[in-house]
Amino acid sequence: MIPVAFEYVRAESVDHALEQLSEHGDEAKLLAGGHSLLPMMKLRLAVPSVLVDVGRLNDLSYIRHEGDTVKIGALTTHHLVETSELLAEYCPLIKGVAAEVGDPQVRHRGTLGGTLAHADPASDLPAAVLALGGTMVVAGPKGRRRIAATDFFTGYYESALAPDEMIVEIELPATPGGKWSFKKFNRRAQDWAIVAVAAVHNGTTGVGLVNMGATPLRATAVEEAIAAGANAKDAAAQAAQGTSPTEDLNATVEYRAHLARVLTERALTDLQI
Amino acid sequence: MQVKMTVNGQDVSGEAEPRTLLVYFIREQLGLTGTNVGCDTSSCGACTVHLDGQSVKSCTVLAVQAEGCQITTIEGMAQGGEMHPMQRAFHENHGLQCGYCTPGMVMAATSLLEENPNPTEEEVRLGLEGNLCRCTGYHNIVKSVLAAAEGASE
Repeated sequence: MIPVAFEYVRAESVDHALEQLSEHGDEAKLLAGGHSLLPMMKLRLAVPSVLVDVGRLNDLSYIRHEGDTVKIGALTTHHLVETSELLAEYCPLIKGVAAEVGDPQVRHRGTLGGTLAHADPASDLPAAVLALGGTMVVAGPKGRRRIAATDFFTGYYESALAPDEMIVEIELPATPGGKWSFKKFNRRAQDWAIVAVAAVHNGTTGVGLVNMGATPLRATAVEEAIAAGANAKDAAAQAAQGTSPTEDLNATVEYRAHLARVLTERALTDLQI
Repeated sequence: MQVKMTVNGQDVSGEAEPRTLLVYFIREQLGLTGTNVGCDTSSCGACTVHLDGQSVKSCTVLAVQAEGCQITTIEGMAQGGEMHPMQRAFHENHGLQCGYCTPGMVMAATSLLEENPNPTEEEVRLGLEGNLCRCTGYHNIVKSVLAAAEGASE
């Protein structure tokens, strides 16, 4: 399968990429690792007329620890995240989740900024960023702004990013020594999660749900139950509350709700709640 | 547009539309047909090559994205008429049946050992998660990779 023809521009800088986005508007898409976008283009689910390749912007590939925050450049690959010693110490959830994305070849190419901008509710890392209470740093024609993960995902493959903006950095609260868990349920190797749960405890508990609605979701009812002193079983019983999963070949709505409760209980048990 | 890269140590260039996938550039422009196209949807791993030393699925990389990069395909593994130790391990352990997935398996496995020279059996299985064998000959493939790792550490 070959994508529909498009114009290709290799961005020399963030500003150059933003200029291209301003010029071409909705017709342009940013290309990072391409492991979500190119398959969609082959299937004609995405038909951009201009691809702006940001893959060479190496200065957006980094992992830093500054005070209470871990900062990850948008073009940092999943492979760099999963093998980072710094993240093992300061943000082990994101490292652990990155290690479960796709397969090694996909992780060599896929980027953290790319997977967040793609906003697929079945992707693992967006739910982890939600559970952590992360923030996207976004560059646009008027400068930079910060978007909290809770405000970022707005619909199926939709985010708060404007067509002329790009994610440049992801900020995550450092959770040194914090407990974490990621429970992903699928039937075949390398598949997307039918449902997955990311949980982290560092003073408060954050729980993110994969594939339980049109966007990655924060399990607020579970988090509130834990804050009120509930045990893992009672808190996890709330896991499907406020969710709107769809039915597909893999699972019915009821089965997804069941998986969310079971996986959440297992994750909270890992956190010793 | 004109695309230049280094493939198996040789500088190459060719005309490619932006939408040309790296695997088709390698097979059709360069005539290196050892890299197979399997599923064409980044699932099966038959098209795995090394891009700047890391395994990638060349059906999900544009040729223009590889501009200026170092590419290694299965044809670049043997040196001076001698099989690469991973190829030899597959040969000695009967790590292939029909052979279609084998180039991708060898490329994925060498990248795996580069990152983890002494993997456990489970780590080999997880490390080859992105490569499917329709003959389901995984047992001997895993055995081959473990043998190659052991050979390299001797």
